[in-house]
Amino acid sequence: MKEYNIVLSGVGGQGLLTLIKILDDAAMLQGYDLKSSELHGLAQRGGSVTGHVRFGKKIYSSLIMEGEADLVIGLEPLEALRSCYYGSQSNKTIFIINNQKIVPPSTSKEYPKLEKILSNIKKFSSKQIILNASDVAKEVSGDEMMSNIYMLGYASKFIPLKKENILKAMSINIKPKYFAINKKIFNMGLDV
Amino acid sequence: MKVLSKEKNVILLGNEAVVRGALEAGIMFASTYPGTPVSEIGDTFSRIAKETGRYFEYSTNEKIALEVATGAALSGIKSLVSFKHFGLNVAADSLMPIAYVGTPLVIIMADDPNCWSSAQSEQDSRYYSRMAHIPMLEPSTPEEAKEFTKIATELAWKYKTPIIVRLTTRVSHTRGIVKCSNIKKTNMGGFFKKDINRYNNLPPNTVRMHIEILQKIEKIKKEVSEKIKINQIIGGKKSDIGIIVSGVGFNYVMEAFDDIGIKLPVLKLGMTYPAPDKKISSFIKKFKKILVVEELDPVLENHVRMLAKDANPKLKIYGKDLLPKAGEYKEESLVYALSKLTKIKCRIDVATHMKQYHKLNVPRRPPLLCYKCQYRPLFSVLHEIAPDAVFGGDIGCYILGMYPPYNVQDFIFSMGASQGVTHGIKKVSKQKAIAIIGDSTFFHAGIPGLINAVYNKSNPIIIILDNRITAMTGHQPHPGSDFTSTWEKQDGISIENIVRACGVKNIRIIDPTNMDEVKKTVKEFMNNKEVSVIIAKKQCWLFGEKMKRRSE
Repeated sequence: MKEYNIVLSGVGGQGLLTLIKILDDAAMLQGYDLKSSELHGLAQRGGSVTGHVRFGKKIYSSLIMEGEADLVIGLEPLEALRSCYYGSQSNKTIFIINNQKIVPPSTSKEYPKLEKILSNIKKFSSKQIILNASDVAKEVSGDEMMSNIYMLGYASKFIPLKKENILKAMSINIKPKYFAINKKIFNMGLDV
Repeated sequence: MKVLSKEKNVILLGNEAVVRGALEAGIMFASTYPGTPVSEIGDTFSRIAKETGRYFEYSTNEKIALEVATGAALSGIKSLVSFKHFGLNVAADSLMPIAYVGTPLVIIMADDPNCWSSAQSEQDSRYYSRMAHIPMLEPSTPEEAKEFTKIATELAWKYKTPIIVRLTTRVSHTRGIVKCSNIKKTNMGGFFKKDINRYNNLPPNTVRMHIEILQKIEKIKKEVSEKIKINQIIGGKKSDIGIIVSGVGFNYVMEAFDDIGIKLPVLKLGMTYPAPDKKISSFIKKFKKILVVEELDPVLENHVRMLAKDANPKLKIYGKDLLPKAGEYKEESLVYALSKLTKIKCRIDVATHMKQYHKLNVPRRPPLLCYKCQYRPLFSVLHEIAPDAVFGGDIGCYILGMYPPYNVQDFIFSMGASQGVTHGIKKVSKQKAIAIIGDSTFFHAGIPGLINAVYNKSNPIIIILDNRITAMTGHQPHPGSDFTSTWEKQDGISIENIVRACGVKNIRIIDPTNMDEVKKTVKEFMNNKEVSVIIAKKQCWLFGEKMKRRSE
């Protein structure tokens, strides 16, 4: 593997930053060079948020080029669609998408149907997986926020990082009292 | 905190890497006014200052932050000030004389290509360096952000000059592995030594000092810029095309080489002012074509054109003809430029790919006021009872009230501008006018505007949105909030008392979520012949949530 490129997309407040930090730490634990990119400021307030994580032998840029993502983790369907250009069929991009919609309150256009979103993403991807991550997280922990970790659990089947490194990275970035429940949800994602 | 880690390799955000560099260089004194993309520099200092035995403050504005750090630096203490590009605009009045008298100081400043978090303009602040004769370093990664902060500290004290480390958003907000060394402490007991020969910059001394600073820049060019290893040639295969690059563009050059399978010689400039003229001249002699890679304005490109006139008159110089003049660069920008120059195609056809994407026409998700924001009720009342009033806007998250359904705020210029502009409109029109300004912004640059409106007998309504914190940049304390710069409890300075002292007679403190009270007060004040001030006071709910989480 020369490099691995992950795009994360969601809505401000969904906890995207924690996922970036976990992936960064896991990549370093595995001995890779890495760069990741995040946006602060205006973008945080309920708007679209995108993060990039890149790791490999030597990484210069923190931004993934259009069509070059290996994996897109969409914490929200419309946001997965918004970021779909980072994927391409030629690069065999995998999309993992949480099916929980967050409808933008002020938009002149209608929220597209999930089937329509998927058929459009197909043009930029070789594989799409839809997960009901929010439902599972809510059922297990009472908190939708942990849907991220469920997504990460599932995604770790594809990400070339060892499970123990991801779990160790989680223990670095998650408060001790929440770690056990997060680990449980991670493993549930992994076992799907 | 990661920034204090004893490990050799640590993953740091660009902004955290600056703080680490400052700690390794023995910086003991830091000041700032928060502004994204550099907010995390101050936030990190604020959390570690006590633990590491340093002084840190959130100053009232950037001009004051610069002056405060200057006072400490001239008393012999290693000091650093940080702000975003607009902050440097605010501080600019003091910047030139501070450079003239030879103040050893590290100035961290970030431009924001693409305006990810900047509502005013997409300015290129590299011109300040040339205007004020202050050397400038431009890191391209978190690792370099740390190293260059150390180099800046060393050079500032060696040559008795401020040094600007110019970040951009993609350096500030990139995480990467940073090699760390030991944290160092230096002297914290300062003494200001009087020296009127040095500090008297009244004419005719001003002109003498101007000559001296020009000589100093020449000396730094010869002794540092021409020799320093951060101005380096990264060899490639023999070619008639060469690259000159500064800042984050370097990363995209290296990635694009890989995309199209080439490797051209690169002159990477870490110190861009004073530029190493000899080094550049000898580099450009070797080529028929040069591509200059820099975001925003063609500052280096024009400099290379000037040098080429003597060094290589036949040289073809490319830059802003192939690369974007506005917005940030990306790997894609370099793939395009290098493909054009070398006539080698990239394996991915980016243009066709994006054409297919734009056809999808994805619905926008604009940033919004938080769903529990206490200003939502206030804005909805203002929109309802004064739809024709002119709403003067200011800098803060309340900017987002500009969007539907509220449409409250008709213009936004800069920190504190709401009151001056609204007053001007009031003087020449019969329109109703309401200026809206946040608490931190009021302390920063709002008080002179209020005094001006009172003194010049204007009668706008001024609504001060007092949410007890600087919310937009990530919740930093300010003089009116309940916390000091390092998060001890305090009694904030009363905005009401300031307003009263400015000569305002019509003052009301209201709860912005009490819609009846808002309606009643605005209606009552609307026809006043004098300035009226409404202080809409309620703590930012998001800050409340954050404090709850922090105490867990």
